Amino acid sequence: MKKVLSLLTLAIALVAWSFTTADHSGYHIGDTARDFNLKNVDGKSYSLAGIENAKGYIVIFTCNHCPFAIKYQDRIIELHNKYASLGYPVVAINPNDKDRQPEDSFGKMQERAKEKGFPFLYLYDETQEVAKAFGATRTPHVFLLDNKRTVRYIGAIDDNHDDATAVEEKYLENAIDALRAGKDIDLKETKALGCTIKWRATE
Amino acid sequence: MLAGWAFTLTAQDIPFIKADQLTAWKNSESDTVFVLNFWATWCAPCVAELPEFERLTQAYADQKVKVILVNADFRSDVYTKLRSFLERKQLQSQVVYIDERTPNKWIDLVSPEWSGAIPATLVVRKSHDFEQFFEKRLHYDDLEKAVKAALEKS
Repeated sequence: MKKVLSLLTLAIALVAWSFTTADHSGYHIGDTARDFNLKNVDGKSYSLAGIENAKGYIVIFTCNHCPFAIKYQDRIIELHNKYASLGYPVVAINPNDKDRQPEDSFGKMQERAKEKGFPFLYLYDETQEVAKAFGATRTPHVFLLDNKRTVRYIGAIDDNHDDATAVEEKYLENAIDALRAGKDIDLKETKALGCTIKWRATE
Repeated sequence: MLAGWAFTLTAQDIPFIKADQLTAWKNSESDTVFVLNFWATWCAPCVAELPEFERLTQAYADQKVKVILVNADFRSDVYTKLRSFLERKQLQSQVVYIDERTPNKWIDLVSPEWSGAIPATLVVRKSHDFEQFFEKRLHYDDLEKAVKAALEKS
């Protein structure tokens, strides 16, 4: 009984810990990301394993409404057009709660994908479990995975959200190029401004 | 160092700051509690929490507490959207514009805990080694609690 109790205490402590550190939990460089199954704007469900000929995955948590995400829309399309045929497709995931941000509902995602002609998967993380597992905190937030789903790069797309023409360092492209060349990635983690993920209200 | 923030705000004249100004506030030995809030006019949770910072500015006007609202709107919106927002709101707290193009180079200067999402707030009093960072929308009680803790730290 005592043992059960102490295990229970430990379990409670662990749960409490996981809540207090929610902002910093999630995957780190070198972790293996768990595959997922999410609904795409075409109405079908997709997993990473189901993407044929992938040598890696450019997972980007993004959304419709966030002005930082909107600034990057065209750049994300270009990324996919450049790298999907090389085996590194963009997998975009919207993690926002539609009640807190109606612009990020599944219907609105479908509209945006059609309007912009998104060539990549634009998945809806309705339960927000994928975003939590990854440790995504903002949109846009990039996780570059290799073919074994090992996390190789986390962070920003490039060094200038405001002005695509003034970008000096393309962090993500540099990381993908290094990964493709079998080289070590110089800058494995970067930061960028973004919108907070609109977590579902818990109270 | 003080000269860096001894400006007065008019809507026509929004002070631009560089990353080194953030470091200066963070490392200031002036015994002042700096409350640095990072926001943008189009960020709904940021705008929602602005009144809490205004309340703090008024409540602690006679103490060594300095609220600075560090705006991160897009550069092209500063003299349009931001200016008209400030004219409309008539904020009492100091507003500055962060004139830096590479967030990756200054986000960590504010706090290594910051992933980059806004709103974000740092309460810092270097002279008393006090620092508390929040990457979320703040309510007055939490904000005041942090400021009180900073003021009371011996």
